[in-house]
Amino acid sequence: MPLLEVKNLIKTYAAPGGNRDGASAIHRVVEVASFNLEAGEQRALRGESGSGKTTFLHLIAGILAPDSGSILLAGREITQLSEAGRDRQRAESLGYIFQTFNLLQGHTALENVELGMAFGHGVDRAQAGALLQRVGLGDKLGHYPRQLSTGQQQRVAVARALANRPKLVLADEPTGNLDRRNAREALQLIREVCRESGAALLLVSHDERVLAQFEQMQDFMTINRALVTTAAQN
Amino acid sequence: MIFNLIYRSLRQHLLATLVTAGSIALASGLLLTVWVVKTQSQAVFAATNSGFDAVLGARGSKLQLVLNAIFHLEASPGNLTAADFEMIRHQREVKTAIPLAVGDNYQGWRIAGTTESLFTDVEYMPGHRYQVGRGERFFQIGKLEAVVGSYAAKKLGWQVGTTFHPSHGLIFNPQSEHHEETYTVVGVLAPTNTPVDRVIWIPLEGVQTMKGHNPLAATELSAVLVQLRAPEAGMMLNLRLNSQGSRLTFAYPIGTIVAELFNKIAWFDQVLTLVAWLVAVVASGSVLVSIYNSMSARARDIAILRALGARRRTVFGAVVGEAAVIGLLGATAGFAVFAGLAWSVAALIQAQTGVVLNPLQWNPVFCWGPAVFVGLCILGGCVPAFKAYRVSVAEAIAPVS
Repeated sequence: MPLLEVKNLIKTYAAPGGNRDGASAIHRVVEVASFNLEAGEQRALRGESGSGKTTFLHLIAGILAPDSGSILLAGREITQLSEAGRDRQRAESLGYIFQTFNLLQGHTALENVELGMAFGHGVDRAQAGALLQRVGLGDKLGHYPRQLSTGQQQRVAVARALANRPKLVLADEPTGNLDRRNAREALQLIREVCRESGAALLLVSHDERVLAQFEQMQDFMTINRALVTTAAQN
Repeated sequence: MIFNLIYRSLRQHLLATLVTAGSIALASGLLLTVWVVKTQSQAVFAATNSGFDAVLGARGSKLQLVLNAIFHLEASPGNLTAADFEMIRHQREVKTAIPLAVGDNYQGWRIAGTTESLFTDVEYMPGHRYQVGRGERFFQIGKLEAVVGSYAAKKLGWQVGTTFHPSHGLIFNPQSEHHEETYTVVGVLAPTNTPVDRVIWIPLEGVQTMKGHNPLAATELSAVLVQLRAPEAGMMLNLRLNSQGSRLTFAYPIGTIVAELFNKIAWFDQVLTLVAWLVAVVASGSVLVSIYNSMSARARDIAILRALGARRRTVFGAVVGEAAVIGLLGATAGFAVFAGLAWSVAALIQAQTGVVLNPLQWNPVFCWGPAVFVGLCILGGCVPAFKAYRVSVAEAIAPVS
């Protein structure tokens, strides 16, 4: 049984000022008939900006609720969960790495990593420290994000995503804000730590250099039929 | 975890936290001061009688009579004759009658003439008699001697052996000449925390016969301080002297008459209290504004927390908790503000009336005051907390690709 199983997933947005009556037009952003990811698998999705890949990740993470469809993560149907249930699922089973790192500026590196554990199984300061040690920031536990380089900030974000021992790590353009060398190192690190912890990795990017690193790579356009429909209409 | 979030948010917004808590501290200190001074001054003033049950004076206002004879404020409503003193002294209900004559001052400090029995026969509080220091004594009738209240002596820098010339009138006028008589201080009273502490006491006939005073008034008194054999006996004297007579005023009971003063200035009390409450509401509003204004900047942080699995109620609780902690910090610091303010007000009241307040004496407002402030801050915090509650993670955590 796959770790992640997505079926007939649809997500629409209301686009303001869509027709002459002033009523909102419905804009379909995600329409995925089927998508599976095995436990421990690492896969990349290629997609341009605005292709709905972030929305797709948000749906998997339970940040957004779909209009219809099914998302089965580790045997649990996410779409049937209440918002609080989705929050708990995210806190306990998912890691999320963002393009803009999304570290809390008022928290030190160690405290940011602890936040990754805080809403799930609880804070384990020793493990948080070990994770920062693992990503090469063992000497910067007390540094605030502003005191770290962009590459170091992304390392903190990686450590935070792994802090709750997730089954699945979602990475949204994780190297988008990094230079080439840091991007390569960050990607390598993400893949290594996911492999070490046994977490599956689903990464979305438009960067061919990033995508080329993955044995399993898929074009998001082939998954998301909403894009095909929109292209056909145009 | 929520406590960590609160602590770190307060730390991150340290300046705003301190400024907001400071405004709460000022408001809380003001409220505590107004409340404590109001309740305590009413109680202390109403209980201040220097050991007497009533005051006899010329026909006039009872309140003016009490203020003049007990609190040594205001002018006397008129004079009594020696016969009036003898009359009251021989009433069967009267245990002790002490004559009092006023009309002179020294640099604004009131000089009162009385008999030595004030110091030897009267307990100014149950179990407390007037005392002077070792080697000192009370004045002797017929001599130009004075006993000085502790507060007046301290402020004037007087001690035994100090000499002075009284000035005419109750209010000090630098232009007026002083009396020729030279008085010598023979004793300084131990503090009594009553208006007596502000008075320079001399023998009765000293005030009556001082050169420059009207010779026709040489036997007249300003008032007679009365101790009754039984408190309820005052009702009979009240009936005889006030209702059936037309020349004298028998001010009884003193506590009730002083309470009338507070009834008269109740509106001022209410204004002060209203101002204190308004300040409290404005200060708690500052918590709302302070946190609310930072919500735009915090929306992203909240979205990140939510993306990491924090529930809506967690972020709501964190923001409300932050407001509560600011309120608690402010209310706690408010005690320091209160201590400073209340001691200043108490010192002012002592300087003006001789009545000593003890601001640190237990008052229920010490409990409910801070609780109200924390409650108001929590209410104020609910507004930005609701905004935090409604933060859209997907929108706030952009960019979207």
